[in-house]
Amino acid sequence: MNKHIWKSAAAMALVSAMAAGCSQGGSASSTASSAAGSTDDSTAASTASSTASTASTAGGALGDTVKIGLNFELSGGVADYGTKELNGAKIAINQFNAREDKPFTVEGVEIDDKGEPAESINAIQKLIEQDGVVGVVGPATSASSIATYEFATSKATPVLSPSATQVDAMMKQDGTPYEYAWRICFEDSYQGKGMADYAYNDLGLRKVAVINEVSDYGNGLAKAFSEEFKSLGGEVVDETQYQSGDKDFASFITKLKDKDFDGIYIGGYYNEAAQIVKAAQADGIDKPIIGADGFDSQDFIDQVGTDAANNIYYTTAYTAIDPSDELKTFIEDYKAEYGEDPSMFAALSYDATNLLLSSLEASGETGAALNEAIKKADFSGITGSFSFDESNHTPVKSVLVVELVDGVQSNVKEVKAE
Amino acid sequence: MSQFLQQIVNGLSLGSIYALVALGYTMVYGIIKLINFAHGDIYMIGAYTAFFVTTYMGMSFLPALLVCMIVCGILGVLIERIAYRPLRKAPRITALITAIGVSYVIEYTTQFFMGTSVKTFPKLLPDTSWVFGPIKITYIQMVIFTVTIVLMVLLTFIIQKTKIGRAMRAVSADENAAKLMGISVDNTISMTFLIGSALAGAAGMLVGLYYNAASPLMGMVPGLKAFVAAVFGGIGSIPGALVGGLFIGIAETMVVAYGSSLYRDAIVYAILILVLIIKPTGLFGKNEREKV
Repeated sequence: MNKHIWKSAAAMALVSAMAAGCSQGGSASSTASSAAGSTDDSTAASTASSTASTASTAGGALGDTVKIGLNFELSGGVADYGTKELNGAKIAINQFNAREDKPFTVEGVEIDDKGEPAESINAIQKLIEQDGVVGVVGPATSASSIATYEFATSKATPVLSPSATQVDAMMKQDGTPYEYAWRICFEDSYQGKGMADYAYNDLGLRKVAVINEVSDYGNGLAKAFSEEFKSLGGEVVDETQYQSGDKDFASFITKLKDKDFDGIYIGGYYNEAAQIVKAAQADGIDKPIIGADGFDSQDFIDQVGTDAANNIYYTTAYTAIDPSDELKTFIEDYKAEYGEDPSMFAALSYDATNLLLSSLEASGETGAALNEAIKKADFSGITGSFSFDESNHTPVKSVLVVELVDGVQSNVKEVKAE
Repeated sequence: MSQFLQQIVNGLSLGSIYALVALGYTMVYGIIKLINFAHGDIYMIGAYTAFFVTTYMGMSFLPALLVCMIVCGILGVLIERIAYRPLRKAPRITALITAIGVSYVIEYTTQFFMGTSVKTFPKLLPDTSWVFGPIKITYIQMVIFTVTIVLMVLLTFIIQKTKIGRAMRAVSADENAAKLMGISVDNTISMTFLIGSALAGAAGMLVGLYYNAASPLMGMVPGLKAFVAAVFGGIGSIPGALVGGLFIGIAETMVVAYGSSLYRDAIVYAILILVLIIKPTGLFGKNEREKV
């Protein structure tokens, strides 16, 4: 396998050196990456090394093997999201490769961005320039995803973000979306609003304490929730922030106990959210705790304790309750491969990968044609059916609210926020 | 007022953990003048050891605590043997950078073998809590206080009353003179690492149970805060580590309670800066005269 890569890399390096010789201003660097740049180079490259995949140039036709990049957080603080998303993407690729009528074989190129935007930029450069991928799935978090959009767009290589929910994540400074960047999840303001509607109308809450992580994710959720909740006539009695990684929330809960409230909204991720729930329960608070898709991890339930994970509600894009046939297959395959139930992140990444693969199949090309196919896709996946809102490259789909009963998702409700 | 007292309790349980970790920093610094940055990671290993023996071997609280202390103690000794001893005569900065390297090795080895997700514990301790007037203390908080106090007393006894304790004090005062008096410096240093790391192991287990979570990077921030606690108390001073730990814990809690929760880490580092400016030797630190 290694030998194989070296051979094709050597072939591409050779071609690129030759191409650099005859094209004006061509980079003299001996890396294979400089082969990308013009259509001529890419054809030359793929002829010279028939084993190599299609080069990363705009508008090329597909070869027998197509490489797609899988850029995820495999280490670092949010590695749980990244590894789950990688698993989901791999299931999609395996299913595709197992098809008898497949038009090409897909090879996933994995890379770890360590959960850091700076590493994510390196990762996308390596994927596109050295590995010659035709499209990239990932990473999981918004900041790391956004970091990749500019480069991917400049190289006409589509990026599909499974879970970059940050408000306006897909937008350039000038208010137009990055042409080659897409996400397949709703944005945070949308889930924040959805939960506010649910909390006010379905749970009947009127006075809520809001606590959120200081991050685009947490701030976006808290802001959207508070605005919507107030506009419905509710009251936000306390607003607190915490830093990612904080563990001790006993002091926060002690402070809250003197206040009059009937629910707590947490805008944050599972580790801290679990500690807040534990601290609240240790102090005897039995009010509902509500939140967003950051709760959606088995780690959340494990830390809270299965028998204590009650009266908790959160918004999500995915639930395994009443599964469709497609979802059943996904869950079975996932369980067979990884020995656990898939999380929302695995499901979103599975959908993102499938969208990329079906668009590749539909267009039969890379670059602009592939991107056009993604834009026009009318996709039906396990996290819902959707098409893209072209003004912000975000899907139009509804939010689900689930309740935890003894650590198990139950009572799903679909909420459509405005 | 009741809120204030409750916050003190919260602060003390947080501070006890810092104190246990700070002791290791202070003991090692006292004896070989090395800031052992891998110390926070030994604490993390303590939490993972606890996870292992309670989940897979079904141990109850006390045996598990003992195993954690032994495993971490041995790990501490090994680290000293492998990474620090060959550098004993090297410039201090070399050892310091090695310590940072050791820290990364432990973190990422753990991440490699144990995965990135958080590990949780079986139920070892009951959920009961006691109410004393306005304050409420949970079972696990009580356990944290008790274990911390018992270990502190034990440590003080070892250092003040035993032969090895006397050897430690001697090496700390003057390594060469101690050697001339027939004290095995190598053994004494190993012993210091053993005891300091065992305390961190205990702290790791307690914190793992308190938050019901162990993760590979959990030692970084508490390690830094415990270091600040050690500096605050006067690095090298054992009562200083205790007072420093409790002070940092309470300061952090009070900032959340009466200021903004966003400044809980900032206050700790602000304390570090202030101590370094105003009294670099810390609360109980001795003013050492530079030897010529």
